[in-house]
Amino acid sequence: MLHTVNKSPFSHSGLETCLRFAGEGDVILLLEDGVLAAVSDTSRSALIEEALKTIPVYAIDADVQARGLEKLIDGVKLASYADFVALLEGHVSQAWL
Amino acid sequence: MSDTKKVMITVRKAPHGAIYVHEAIEVMFIVASYGMDLSVVFIDDAVFALKGGQDTRALGIKGFMASIGALVDFEVEKVYVDRQSMQDRNLTEVDLVFIGEDEDTEEQVKPKVLDSEAIRALMLEQDSIISL
Repeated sequence: MLHTVNKSPFSHSGLETCLRFAGEGDVILLLEDGVLAAVSDTSRSALIEEALKTIPVYAIDADVQARGLEKLIDGVKLASYADFVALLEGHVSQAWL
Repeated sequence: MSDTKKVMITVRKAPHGAIYVHEAIEVMFIVASYGMDLSVVFIDDAVFALKGGQDTRALGIKGFMASIGALVDFEVEKVYVDRQSMQDRNLTEVDLVFIGEDEDTEEQVKPKVLDSEAIRALMLEQDSIISL
């Protein structure tokens, strides 16, 4: 299953709920304000760090660049929109809006 | 029956502050009317949409309680609630509304409370998930 998160983890609970439902074999994709969860050494970094132990985490490159985010958590992979489409084609997806 | 599409609707928004839950219920009735294998799941603040005692008259809006009370009658039969979301909000099964009548037993039925693992297993079975 593909989980997409598009809200900031600093103001919304979507990512935390997502992580409660995500499991092995799933993929998490951060987009829009959701990419803020991928920044290292924040009060919310532990969420993605913990997820990465079992689940691959992607962040949309355009959203990362737009926000000038340079310090990302090790292991978070950048994804293009084409990558996003490929992920959607391969999984049933749940959007944690 | 194997070509019947399995569709899930997940709702996470609180009722009444915005139109999301109202719209989600409309979508449930539409999907069910197409004869798809529909399940619906209420997670996070959306669990308040299934709480008994809601009365929107003082807000001057119609609300959707009549629709919620008739879900089963309109073929929206697989209605699930996330246990953790309820616990986080001090809600128990006693607080939940009836969503219709069982066709066979004629007993009033409530949404089914499930753990996140069980909900995840259902998600994995779906052809499509509509997130609202």
